[in-house]
Amino acid sequence: MSGVDFGRLVVGETVVERDFRLSRDSLVRYAGASGDFNPIHYRDDVARSVGLPGVLAHGMLTMGAAASPVIEWIGAAGTVADYQVRFTRPVPVDPEFGAELSVSATVGALDAEARTARFDLKVSFAGQTVLGKSQLVVSFA
Amino acid sequence: MVNPDVQGRVYPPTDPYLVGREKVREFARAVLSASPLHHDPEAARAAGFTDVVAPPTFAIVVQDFTLQQLLSDEEAGVDFSRVVHGDQRFSYSRPIVAGDELIGTMTVTSVKQLGGNSMVTSSTDIVDAAGAHVVTAISTLVVRAAAESTSEEAA
Repeated sequence: MSGVDFGRLVVGETVVERDFRLSRDSLVRYAGASGDFNPIHYRDDVARSVGLPGVLAHGMLTMGAAASPVIEWIGAAGTVADYQVRFTRPVPVDPEFGAELSVSATVGALDAEARTARFDLKVSFAGQTVLGKSQLVVSFA
Repeated sequence: MVNPDVQGRVYPPTDPYLVGREKVREFARAVLSASPLHHDPEAARAAGFTDVVAPPTFAIVVQDFTLQQLLSDEEAGVDFSRVVHGDQRFSYSRPIVAGDELIGTMTVTSVKQLGGNSMVTSSTDIVDAAGAHVVTAISTLVVRAAAESTSEEAA
């Protein structure tokens, strides 16, 4: 798990790519885990009443799930120093088919003195980017 | 429209939140992370932590208590049904681990009006039982104009 070597990272290199699916079940599970019970994340009627196409994924679920492939890959080699995103597009989650997302992480910047690496995450749904300025900074031991 | 006078307002510190091992595991499953550091105390100890390590977005659980203070502040005038999440950031001094007792204190750092929408940025400093900084959580909430909805921005 902790085979990632800071010294071998190269700016511009894509280090992790993964597809993942969010279902309505995922949203209910995240609501319980996080305490965010906003009904637009589990009731279509409420979502539509505020002008949305239907139930949306929690932005924080998308943010959390987008980081997980990188966190798993880093293992014990480093810890997260900073993580930021901008929520640019909603992710509607179909009751039957869910929503397929894809994430890729590219080395955006390296600081050899501080031993930190910035990974830029590209997160897309239906061919469009859903998170902007999505940057995860990892501090290596 | 959000009251611009709440800019600079500091809310009282939240009650201590005790981070439980099962809560960390539950949250990690919810964000689809299988890293042993979130699930296996032995793996976490081998990596130098006292217990399982929370995923980076876990701090939202504590930050949310402070956001609720803002949402329930009648003077602030934030209409929750019109709130969408604009952006989010976590800046860590160290990871959150099970057993931590965390206290959040929020400051409203900025209130801006933009095309009928209000944008409220807040910064929550989260410290441990010793008072040492763990993470600062920064959110911008967009409060959509009452007259028309802009569904493109919801998250």
